[in-house]
Amino acid sequence: MHTDVIVAVPAWVLLAYLVSGVCFILALRGLSSPESSRRGNLTGMGGMTIAVVTTLATHEIASLPEIIGAMVFGGAAGLIIARKIQMTAMPQLVAAFHSLVGMAAVLVGAAAYLNPEAFGIAVRVTPIASPSFVSIFPQSRIEMGLGVAIGAITFSGSVIAFLKLNGNMSGKPILLPLRHVINLGTLVAILGLIAYFTQDQAPWVFFTIMGLSFAIGFLLIIPIGGADMPVVISMLNSYSGWAAAAMGFTLHNTAMVITGALVGSSGAILSYIMCRAMNRSFISVIAGGFGAIASAGGAEAIDRPYKRGSAEDAAFLMAQADQVIIVPGYGMAVAQAQHAVREMADLLKAKGVTVKYAIHPVAGRMPGHMNVLLAEANVPYDEVFELENINSEFAQTDVAYVIGANDVTNPAAKNDKSSPIYGMPVLDVEKARTCLFVKRSMGGVGYAGIDNELFYRDNTMMLLGDAKKMTEEIVKALG
Amino acid sequence: MDFISILSIFVLACFVGYYVVWSVTPALHTPLMSVTNAISSVIVVGALIAAAAGGHASSKWLGLVAVALASVNIFGGFAVTQRMLAMYRKKDR
Repeated sequence: MHTDVIVAVPAWVLLAYLVSGVCFILALRGLSSPESSRRGNLTGMGGMTIAVVTTLATHEIASLPEIIGAMVFGGAAGLIIARKIQMTAMPQLVAAFHSLVGMAAVLVGAAAYLNPEAFGIAVRVTPIASPSFVSIFPQSRIEMGLGVAIGAITFSGSVIAFLKLNGNMSGKPILLPLRHVINLGTLVAILGLIAYFTQDQAPWVFFTIMGLSFAIGFLLIIPIGGADMPVVISMLNSYSGWAAAAMGFTLHNTAMVITGALVGSSGAILSYIMCRAMNRSFISVIAGGFGAIASAGGAEAIDRPYKRGSAEDAAFLMAQADQVIIVPGYGMAVAQAQHAVREMADLLKAKGVTVKYAIHPVAGRMPGHMNVLLAEANVPYDEVFELENINSEFAQTDVAYVIGANDVTNPAAKNDKSSPIYGMPVLDVEKARTCLFVKRSMGGVGYAGIDNELFYRDNTMMLLGDAKKMTEEIVKALG
Repeated sequence: MDFISILSIFVLACFVGYYVVWSVTPALHTPLMSVTNAISSVIVVGALIAAAAGGHASSKWLGLVAVALASVNIFGGFAVTQRMLAMYRKKDR
């Protein structure tokens, strides 16, 4: 091993990177409550500044103007996007940001491959009677290969996730024949090439690893449908962390290793929480195809009697209630109905009604999606409850107002063993005295492609129409 | 630094990450994703080294592009997180 060849790094530099790693830990720690979160975010910014300044101060900068130019250009673009983006578009934005981290990892890996001496990961070998060449340490080759592979998967996977979330690509799963064989084969080939890379640092090996990894990221995400996106986006979040960690190993940089580990475990935990909330295994989500198969069987349930109500009926029922629980879902985000919902809640509160919000972990397209939308509409966060904290309250609630959520309220998850969502924890909205269900039409079914027993219950009143318009009409009727 | 030291840091940081992230309130899971996004752009450190190094033109350009991409993420990620966190309010009493 040549690892001890690396140029000695001054102790203060190592300390600075350690401090920046600690700042990032504190940034995440701050998110344990909304009050401490803003300070946490500032700490994170501080950590990033320390890392950047330390790097700039300890390297001979051959091109400071260009570097500053690149940072200003990228930074300005980032700030503009951050300011302009609509809160309903957060899932696509996060996917786009993940793809940038992935691409940056690939580019850094490629730069390190082309100029390994600058990173201190190679020795110049001068064999007798032949020209000298630069040999990258075998261990660094593994780290570099892994970093580039994970970065490339993050990039292409996130691009597909972005296109699906942004509606440029159908949210339906795209199923290739033999996809499992192709995917596994590609993964094995990548790992094999990384092993071979330690023996032969030829460009074709490096760039084939990169190319195959781009391909596998693409192949892994196309069969995964829209409502599984919370898992996908968390998983890509995790990958972007592992990519940064692998690069940290290559560059012997503690800030990158610490951060990569934090982000990697954060994404992994979020994926786990999302899978648990859908009662599905991580493997089955990644294998994809959910929703494509189920929709074939759900065609029989047609023309069952249901009760239909108007906005005035809904307003009357809610104004009489002691407690109303609002259950938002992806449909609220699509219709941008969060502000109308908050107005409705304000009017109800003025009439002495207690209003609470119930959020299912996988409501929406990313973890915490609904919470952000409600916060945007100025709903106080102490009125918003997670599934396990509010589910027992539906039985003592007069009205459950379900807006744009379908599968997460489907009682079939509790009592129909043949249902694809059987076993998934759901909100017990049917236990409320009346369930008001806002839905565009009776035709469409939820993402899982299954009918919802809830629509035909005696205590359910269907409010058919656009979520935002319907809520605005209720506001009018209440006012 | 030798491999074992870095590996130790990595493993311990995974455990820190595990416990810290479980303590994040579910209401803040979206800001968690955007802030982890921003901090994973610490990869900019590697991009800066590549961009700063003389000698190899293509490596330098790859580094500069990576600096630009990571900067989008750093500034965009922290800014959008701050914007979201500013919206979380308690009930006025």
